[in-house]
Formats: sequence, structure tokens, C-alpha cells
Amino acid sequence: MSQEKIGVYVCHCGTNIAGVVDVEHVAKWAAEKLGGQGVVVARDYKFMCSSLGQELIEKDIKELGLTRVVVAACSPHLHEKTFRIAAKNAGLNPYLVELASIREQVSWVHTDKAVATEKSKAVVAGAVARVIENKPLEEIKVPINPNTLVVGGGIAGIQAALEIANAGFHVYLVEREPSIGGHMAQFDKTFPTLDCSACILTPRMVEAGTHPNITLMTWSEVVNVAGYVGNFNVTIKKKARFVKEELCTGCGICEEKCPKKVVDDVFEAGLGYRKAVYTPFAQAVPKFPVMDKANCTYFIKGTCKACEKFCPTGAIDFNQEDQLINVDVGNIILATGYDLFDARRVSNYGYGRLPNVFTSIEFERLCNAAGLTNGNIVLRDGKTAPKSVGIIHCVGSRDKNFNNYCSVICCMQGLKFAHLVHERTGATVYNFYIDMRTAYKAYDEFYQRVLEEGTLFVRGKVAEVTDAARYENEKGKLIIQVEDTLIGKQRRIPVDMVILSIGLQPRRDAKEVGKLFGISCSTDGWFTEKHPKLDPVATMTEGIYIAGCAQGPKDIPSSVAQGAAASARVLDKILQKEVALEPVKASINADKCSGCRICNGLCPFNAISYIADDNVSNINPALCQGCGTCVAACPAGAISGTGFSDEQIMAQIDGLLMRNLEVAGV
Amino acid sequence: MAVDTKYKDVEAMEDGSILLTLFNGGIRNDENEHIANLLRRKSKILIAFGSCACEGCIPGLANLSPVGDIVHTAFNTLTTDNPHEIYPRASFDVPEGELHIPKLAPILSPLDAVVDVDYFMPGCPPESHQIAAVVDLVVKVVKGEAELPPKGAAIGVGDSTVCDECPRARNVKLIKEFKRIQDIAPVDPTLCLLEQGIPCNGPATISGCNARCPGAGAQCIGCYGPAAGVLDYGARLLTAFASVIDAKEPAEIEKILDGIPDPVGQFYRFSLSGSLLKANQEAWKVKYTSSHHTKGE
Repeated sequence: MSQEKIGVYVCHCGTNIAGVVDVEHVAKWAAEKLGGQGVVVARDYKFMCSSLGQELIEKDIKELGLTRVVVAACSPHLHEKTFRIAAKNAGLNPYLVELASIREQVSWVHTDKAVATEKSKAVVAGAVARVIENKPLEEIKVPINPNTLVVGGGIAGIQAALEIANAGFHVYLVEREPSIGGHMAQFDKTFPTLDCSACILTPRMVEAGTHPNITLMTWSEVVNVAGYVGNFNVTIKKKARFVKEELCTGCGICEEKCPKKVVDDVFEAGLGYRKAVYTPFAQAVPKFPVMDKANCTYFIKGTCKACEKFCPTGAIDFNQEDQLINVDVGNIILATGYDLFDARRVSNYGYGRLPNVFTSIEFERLCNAAGLTNGNIVLRDGKTAPKSVGIIHCVGSRDKNFNNYCSVICCMQGLKFAHLVHERTGATVYNFYIDMRTAYKAYDEFYQRVLEEGTLFVRGKVAEVTDAARYENEKGKLIIQVEDTLIGKQRRIPVDMVILSIGLQPRRDAKEVGKLFGISCSTDGWFTEKHPKLDPVATMTEGIYIAGCAQGPKDIPSSVAQGAAASARVLDKILQKEVALEPVKASINADKCSGCRICNGLCPFNAISYIADDNVSNINPALCQGCGTCVAACPAGAISGTGFSDEQIMAQIDGLLMRNLEVAGV
Repeated sequence: MAVDTKYKDVEAMEDGSILLTLFNGGIRNDENEHIANLLRRKSKILIAFGSCACEGCIPGLANLSPVGDIVHTAFNTLTTDNPHEIYPRASFDVPEGELHIPKLAPILSPLDAVVDVDYFMPGCPPESHQIAAVVDLVVKVVKGEAELPPKGAAIGVGDSTVCDECPRARNVKLIKEFKRIQDIAPVDPTLCLLEQGIPCNGPATISGCNARCPGAGAQCIGCYGPAAGVLDYGARLLTAFASVIDAKEPAEIEKILDGIPDPVGQFYRFSLSGSLLKANQEAWKVKYTSSHHTKGE
């Protein structure tokens, strides 16, 4: 017989629960049969989470003097906080509230009402048994470090960094490549306005590079993250540039004098060359070059040092080594971007085999005024202008064999290419599409414009691109074999040049990066947001935010909007000055700890240390996130997790099995 | 002090007239159960003495087989010629009357499954200095010089686990391979055995033996049972070992775990009968279907 006075509140959740579970019966049953456990009141209500529902609970706490509350509703994930606040408002410690998930764990997974109702009773009995063992807990408040780490210097990361820096707080902007700018720096024009991509991007890059509140760390990668919201400690590996940044003026003489030419398959997408010591492009930020050790003649043969000889400031340093830099930050924004789909995987389109099949990123470089051809659209031979061009949409996207999802940008990108080809070559342009997706502001108008310019649209998935001519007019051409679904016929369309509008993919190391920062990825591999609609830039890990294409394919305006949104969330945290940590923590009973050190390497937050003098391990409560890993691992049972004690868990199991009710004659 | 004598002599004693009973052995048959009830009634303090009474010990491993199989095996070994399939029966009519022999229970249980136990004194066997200390304590309590520990406590043990008393040096643990002790030459005499890949049960086993086995160069096999408050010795040890396996790929993890060829023997050698599961499925089935059926009956 429990000494507690427990209230049980069963939610209908509209028909979400009540459609499958007889909620009224569950409430009645709890009132009648769980009296021995201390249940003094049980009610059902249409929407427990509504203010009226919450008032119901608050009123009972005050009037009936409830000491424990069980809410049988949705997953604690969704509304635990709501009901804890309600309890707090009524003067009850919020941790004396327990949620019984009869929506996610019952009504959503059952169709048989009788079974679901019985299971709901068991879940409620488990929660009642557990809540008796709950202890009142107090939240722990810790100060928030006002510094922020932004990972990824593409447009989303730049935007986020600038917003925070402009608000007066310090940002560490970390970029893996030698320069910030991301994919946007590679583009020629942006759709639908046809702004010059560099013209709108480079001022932002310069601003980020010179901002007094931004510490820019390019050619750098995050290698370790410890701590928790408000107090992260991040280790950044600053790769050796072999150039002393404090002496380098960015004059470019080293690059000019370097005798080693290398195909640039990163920035120039393989269509251009760079030197062994290089800045990826003229407007790179920062201006300091990096030395590509794998291709540098000195590193390979031991002689050369042309760059060192000619450097007017003596900034070349062949002895530089990778540096590990530690920074403390309160919040982290991941804007790590995307990779491009490898067009070689669609072997029937011939990329890599047929010279005049180009990928979209190659075409961007081809028509970029700063690219190898100075913006002239020519075939792979470097001189012939195409007379006809075929642009294939959805390459690698919306395809069961590759990626199921729509890459969002490819339709508009394909239309932009059609326009640019028209404008610069006057060639005949065909666009092959499955569905034309031109949602968002001024996008469809752009489509109309391209239609009016005379681009020919063929609705159908291209089967093959081949150079095997069957007819006279196909000789020397690339033939696009396609079913034109609007006229219901197979067509063979000979063109000089094919552009594949390739899709976006998660970064190939997205899973590892996610793990490093303690966030998860969707099955496709994009970072998972906290809520797909209402919390698109937060993650399930407090203090870690996501922005841009790392979260999923999107265009430039959406990436910028997400960068800004993430920064707003971070500023909100910074301005709160302190953060309340869940009091759910693990602690070690030093008398019981044998110092076996099994737990020492397990803590994902590095909260466990070993005190050699006392031969015991110790948990730093400020670092502990209450994940329970060490609690489970401790062979001596010396570690207990607040909120998840053996007593609570065993009581809940007994309750679920209705074991404690046998005496009550149930 | 109760001397070795006939049950009827003990039955004739007044209830509560025995100050301290150290009860040996688990409950395997109805005779064991009868004696447990009898001694409970006659004793002021009843102590489950030794691993058998505390958690079933080695005989408890028989809970991996249905009781019929155990009897069948016992009466059909290579050295037992049983052409007429004769098995023991609980009762047998002879000219002199009806004979009874104890009836086997479906599974072996520790003492506290059948009677209320005041204290648990684990060990296989309990260390002599611990026995002396417990007897000393009771004597002191009688003289009014000391108080008994809270009911249900383990006594004659330490506060922590075997590692606490183990002199071997230890580091952050990462296990790449489990090996049998004879396959390692030489075993480092100063380093934690578990870190050398020898599955030592010390981290999960309650202290009190002065870490005799690891001190002598052999791994702890867990005869002293779990630390205070631990519900299931084997499950605790299993999660502890699993936590420090240094591998990420499932196939690699499997390979490391293959280094423990007899998991029940490793994790539940002494504690199976007292564990949360108590017995395997086959033995449980017997308990719940025909709880007194044995082959040949």
C-alpha cells in the first residue's frame, strides 16, 4: 500500500488514442483497481495537453493534494515538458510526473480495440508503479559560453556566422577547404535572377574573413567534441598550410613560380589546373595559399623550393605541422553542405566514357567567366561551340536505383543552363524532365521565360545517351534515346553536348560527423532536425543546430534562411545567459566503486575521471548528460542514474506485468 | 547449538530456540524444503550460508535441463547399467510398508525462494576469516556489544567488488580478444587480468575474499556473487564486458565474443538459480506444465 496520492489522466488525443483505446474504461479501471497503489483520482479528457486539460491536473494537485501524477497520453518526447510545467505551476515537483505512452506505444501500433485497451491498462499500471519510486529533482543551471562554433563555410555557414558576429558575439568558423565560399563560389549565375554568383557571394566572404568577431579557420577540421549545451570543448585540427599566415600577403608569387601543375578536381571539377601551392580561386578568403604536400616537388623529391626562393616575405615554411587547437563554445551550428551525385553511376548516360557528356558542376565551371574557357561554352575539345545541347534532369534523384528523393535544385539548374546556352551559343536546347518542379518565388516565371526563349521540353526519363549512330544525321553526335510521354513515342535526339543535372547527396562522412557531434542522420544520410515542420534547424542534441544542405537538398535562399534561423536560435540561447540542465545524472557511490575502470572509456561526454589516489572513478555532474551508458556498464552496481534507478525500472516492469496487482485481486 | 541429529529431535525443540542457523545448500527437493521451513521456525537468525544457499551455486546449473533429463542422464551414464529403465520414485510399496524418498523439484532454488532469510553469507566456500567474523559478531550482539546489520544484507563480505582488493594495476579497458589463461604465456603478474584478455569476473563479484584468485594468478570466477544492490550478477557482468569490447563492426564483435565459449559458465556459474531468469526455457516448462512430473514416475 503506497503512501502516495496519485492522479491518473488519460488523454483521448482527439481520436488518435480514443479511436483505438477505450480511454474512459482505462480511466475508470485505474480509479477502481489501482487504489491500492495510491491512485486517488483518474480522469479522461479530450486533449490533456490543452490549457483546459492542464488546468484539470493543476486543480487536482491543489485540491486533492496529489503527490504524484501519471499522464497516459503521447510519448514523453512530445509533452513531458508540458505536464512537468503544469505540475510545477501547481506546486508539485515536476519530476514527480510520469508519462505513459499509450499513443506511440499503443494506439498507433494496434488495431484491435480490446487488446489496445488491455495494453493501455498495463502501461498505466507500469507508470503508476514507477512514479511511486520517482524522487523530486531540482534542475541544475549552468552559464552559457557566448562563443559559437560554425562548421562549414558555405553560404549557410557564412550567413549564420555573420548574423551572430553582427549581434556582437564571437564565432569560430571552421572550413575544411582552403577557402570559404562552398559550392556557391563555383557557380556562374544563380537562378532565377541570374545574378553573378561570385558578385553576391564574395562580399559576404570578405565580411566573414575580416569581421572582428569571427575567427576564421580554413584548411581545418573538427576532430573532437566534448561537453554539452552551453559548454562544449571542441578540438580543431588546423592542417599544415606550409605558409606562415602572419607573414603571407597573398601576393600570389609562390603560385606563379611553382613549377608543378595539378588537375584541379575540387574547385574546377577537373576542368582546370592549379599549382601545388595554390589558392582555389582568385577571390579566396583567406588569401593565404595552401601547399598540396602530395604533389609538391620538394616534398616528393627533396629539391625545388621555388616558392620559398621567390616569396618576398619569407612566409613559406616546409616544417609546419598540423596543429590541434582547443576552443570553448556554448553552441554549434553544422552547415557542412552536400556532395554531388557521382554521374558515373548512371552508366547508360555515358559520363566519363563519352567526352561531351558533362555534369552540371562541370558546366558551371565551363560557363564561368573565371573558368578555364573564360566562360565560352565549348565541347571537350576546348574550341567547338555546340549547335545542339541536351540537358537531362533528375540524374541520380527520384530514382529507385540511386536516390529516392528529389534534389530540389536540379530543375531550376537545368532551366538556368538552357538559358545560358541559348544566350551564349544560340544552340538548340532540349530539356528532358520527369516533372517540372519550379515552386517558390519567381521560379515558375523563369520557366515561362525559358519556354519563350525556344527551349524544347521533352517529358520523359532518358533511357540512354550513346554515340552509336543509326542514321546519317546521328553521325558524330550524341544520341539521346527517350520516351516522350506526352506524345507516347520513343525518340532519338542527336545533340553535340549533353549536360547531366546531377542531384545532391549527403556528405560521404555525414554519419561520422553526426556521431562526432552527437546527432543523427535520416536513412538517406541527411542530418535529422528536431521537428520536420516546427523545429527545422534544431537537433535532438541541445546546443547543436543544423543549416543548409546538410539537413537536406535546398537552394541558396533556403540555405541562407536556415543559416539565419540557426543563428537566431543560438542568439536566443546566448542571451539567456544560463541553461537549465536536466537533473537526470549518473553518480558513483565511492564506497562501492572498486576502481575497476570499466566505465572510464565509455562516457560520450568525457564526464568520468579516475582518481588514482583513492582508486575510484568519479563523474563530473556538470558534464554528465544522464545517458546511462556507465550505469548499465558498472559491474559493481556502484553507478546509479537519477530518474532511472533499478527501483524505478523494476517497479515499472512489475506494474506492466500487473504483478503487484495480484494481491488486489485483479 | 544444534548437533547433528535426527529431524525429530529438531522438530521437538521449541520454536525460536536456535539462536543462529547457518543453512548450507540450495533447495532441490521436498526434503530440503522441509528442513528449510523447520530450521526457519526454530531459529532466531537464519543465514543462507555459502553460494548454494545464497544463489544456487554449481548445482543450480542443472536448471539448464528439465528435471526429467537430469534423472535420465544420472541413471543412464556409461557406467550405469539400467536395462529395465528403473528410475527413482517418490514412494514405493514394500512388504514392510511404504517407502519415501525426497521428490525432486522442477528447478533448484536458493534458500530465500522458500523461506524468509535474515542474512546472506556468500562464497564457495565462505572464507574462514569471514565465518569467524560473523560468529564473533553474533556473540557480540548477544552480549549487547554490537548491533545486527539490516535484515536481508550480505554479511561476511566487503563493500565493493574484488577489484577493490586486487593488487593488479589497471587502466582504461579496451578488449580486443578474450583468451583462456593457459593460452597466454606469460601472464603479466602485475597487470589487470581482464586487460590481458582473460575474462576475470572480479569487477562484478563482491569483495571479501581478499582477491585470492587474481592475487594467485587465476581469474576470479565469481563465487562470492554480486555486489550489494545488483539484481542479476550475470547480466551486470555481461553488460560490463560488452561495454569495453574494442570493436565497431558486428562481425568483429562476434569474433571477440566467441572468445567466451561457455557464456552461462562464465556469467552464471554460481548465480544461475538466483538470477532473474533462474532457469532455461525447457526447465521452466516443466515447472509450469506438470510441476511434479519426473521421468519414470
